Amino acid sequence: MNSMKLRSLLANAGIYIALAVLSILWLLPIVYLVITSFRGEPGAWLDGYIIPREWTFENYTRLFTDTSLFNYPRWFLNTLVVAVSSCAIATFFVLFTSYAFSRLRFKMRRPMMNIALVLGMFPGFMSVIAIYHLIKLFGLDQTLLALVLVYSGGAGLGYYIMKGFFDTIPTELDESAHLDGCTKWQTFTRITLPLSRPVITYTVLTTFIAPWVDFILASVIMKDNYNNFTIALGLFRMLERENVFRWWTAFCAGAVLVSIPIAGLFMVMQKNYVEGITGGAVKG
Amino acid sequence: MAEKQKQKKPRERDSVSLIHALTRGSWPTKTTALISGFGCLIYGQFARGLLYLAVQILTLAGFISFGWQYVRDFATLGTREMTSVLDPIYQIPINVPGDNSLQILLYSVFAFALLAAGLAVHLSAVKAAYAAETLIRSGKRPAGFRQDLRDLLDKNVHTTMLSLPVLGVAAFTALPIIFMILLAFTNFDRLHQPPGNLFTWVGMQNFTDMLSLNGVLGNTFIRILGWTLIWAVFATFLNYFFGMIVALMINKQGIRLKSLWRTCFVIAIAVPGFVTLLFMRQLLGDLGPINTLLQSDFMRALGFSPVQFLRDPGIARVTVIVVNLWIGIPYTMLITSGILMNIPADLFEAARIDGAGPVRQFRSITLPYMLAVTAPYLITQFIGNINNFNAIFFLTGGGPPSVDYYHAGKTDLLVTWLYSLTVTRGDYNLASVIGIITFLLSAAMGLIAFNITASAKKEETFR
Repeated sequence: MNSMKLRSLLANAGIYIALAVLSILWLLPIVYLVITSFRGEPGAWLDGYIIPREWTFENYTRLFTDTSLFNYPRWFLNTLVVAVSSCAIATFFVLFTSYAFSRLRFKMRRPMMNIALVLGMFPGFMSVIAIYHLIKLFGLDQTLLALVLVYSGGAGLGYYIMKGFFDTIPTELDESAHLDGCTKWQTFTRITLPLSRPVITYTVLTTFIAPWVDFILASVIMKDNYNNFTIALGLFRMLERENVFRWWTAFCAGAVLVSIPIAGLFMVMQKNYVEGITGGAVKG
Repeated sequence: MAEKQKQKKPRERDSVSLIHALTRGSWPTKTTALISGFGCLIYGQFARGLLYLAVQILTLAGFISFGWQYVRDFATLGTREMTSVLDPIYQIPINVPGDNSLQILLYSVFAFALLAAGLAVHLSAVKAAYAAETLIRSGKRPAGFRQDLRDLLDKNVHTTMLSLPVLGVAAFTALPIIFMILLAFTNFDRLHQPPGNLFTWVGMQNFTDMLSLNGVLGNTFIRILGWTLIWAVFATFLNYFFGMIVALMINKQGIRLKSLWRTCFVIAIAVPGFVTLLFMRQLLGDLGPINTLLQSDFMRALGFSPVQFLRDPGIARVTVIVVNLWIGIPYTMLITSGILMNIPADLFEAARIDGAGPVRQFRSITLPYMLAVTAPYLITQFIGNINNFNAIFFLTGGGPPSVDYYHAGKTDLLVTWLYSLTVTRGDYNLASVIGIITFLLSAAMGLIAFNITASAKKEETFR
């Protein structure tokens, strides 16, 4: 008995050490990102040492004052506007599509689901060029509206997770609502929606975050219209060869600022996020 | 199975009703085949009939005024090249615009789609006319417009719900994909760029170029395909395996501060991926802090020397996989945690009584259980990694470049190659071919996945 206890104690000690080492490995780059954002020395690299010797707030203030080349506050606002609008549209699209495929029975259901499956397998970037020209056809190229449309337009294809969730809601609820005289629309709004908070949260979260982290779609659609850049495009520009010396520390400050809201959202909704993904999978 | 049979019946009835409408229908129904909504108007469904008619008129007007000028050149993609003539007054050359192949192709696809949508509405008008006719014949009144509207929230609520999402998918996913597929059969490369030059149909030429193994292009393709698959396998399975081990360690009985450990990893997720990747690129650079550290007197004394993390072909490949682990493991940890706790505890109990150690338990219980439950997730991850643009683009940009390759580098995946071929080179035809092949790859994976999960469900070994 004693040797068993000793062994499990040793095993736990080993795990503690492993976890500590791993945690440090995962936190270090982020800590260093924050450190760099407060660094006083300019340039991408320090000359032969690692911990900065001068500290400053200037990298942050500069983002909001020196806006002639990189208009960070404007980009932040752009991204926020695009994220909020596309998140709203996309969430409705996903809700409707998932509900129709999960709960309603109609002639085109199977064919449509199959088409969605096939379309989803093309690499997303492949269609960007065509989208650009299509949007140009309507005179919307290089606008924020175009970005919103592109982020939310095809959202219906991402219905799998929410459909998986709807599938688990007992059909008896729908049937009794029907007997009580609810139309199908009322069943959707009064029965299904209130039960779906975790998966709606998950969808809102993922669609809201997408514009903050997307680079390719935005880069093709915006080309060089600096004023309508999103955060990701702008930050990437800061690291181009001619800018990186002056802007590297500001990039880090900008990155920290962009991470804070996303990190906050993520922490708050962490539980829903996991439930959203695993909800369908676990039940098989 | 039951569902399949149920669905077959109405479809048959449906196609029959269209033929019936045209053979057995009354003259108003038959006239509807020419004038949309005519039958509905005659049978008292005025608003509905007018809507059908309006759709038909708008479709035809749109096609004639906008679509036709492009569709008529669809077969050739334009014949008049841009020319330059001397201005008679100022004696300077000015450009006379010719046909724009890109516009012809894109707008033709658009016009065809418009026509197809109009045709679908038109067919439904014929069916509606026939339905109204049969109702009247059996002594009933066809539904009025108000009833139609009410049905849109009840019996036909799927139409209401799906119309906008389907429109969105058609415009922003389906049409562009069709357009890009068509490009694969043209010679739209850097030498044939509209509006200056025309491009035209070349059949399977691009596919034979890409798949012939003796050319530079075919050679590049095969190597990049190989690396893409290697990358996807390593990125997916290493992430999965290590993520699960981290989850197991955190969730092990007797380990304290579980939420603290979890938070340490979750913080890494919360920082946007492109930020982490760009930052890592800087950290791993030749002059970056890691190499500075390796060059310090202390590390040198230990025998370390600087490493070209991103510039040496072999090391760069390892680097991108390792950095991707850094990004991916927290996700897997989060997702597997919940599932791991669902494994029936008595399985482990029984294994312990039989004398199985922790490694054996992991191999015989945890891993098979997890693989069975998370197979769909694993496959989505695999397909996602085949298309993992960010991890490569932000870290190495596909580099280090290789002279043996057709404008690609040693860490380029098919998607990043596709990106540089379009954005920096303008070889759209080749990019389309790559896109189609990537699609076939993903589709094959999806098919395998479907079969695996189907069989896993059938067995239900763990339930």
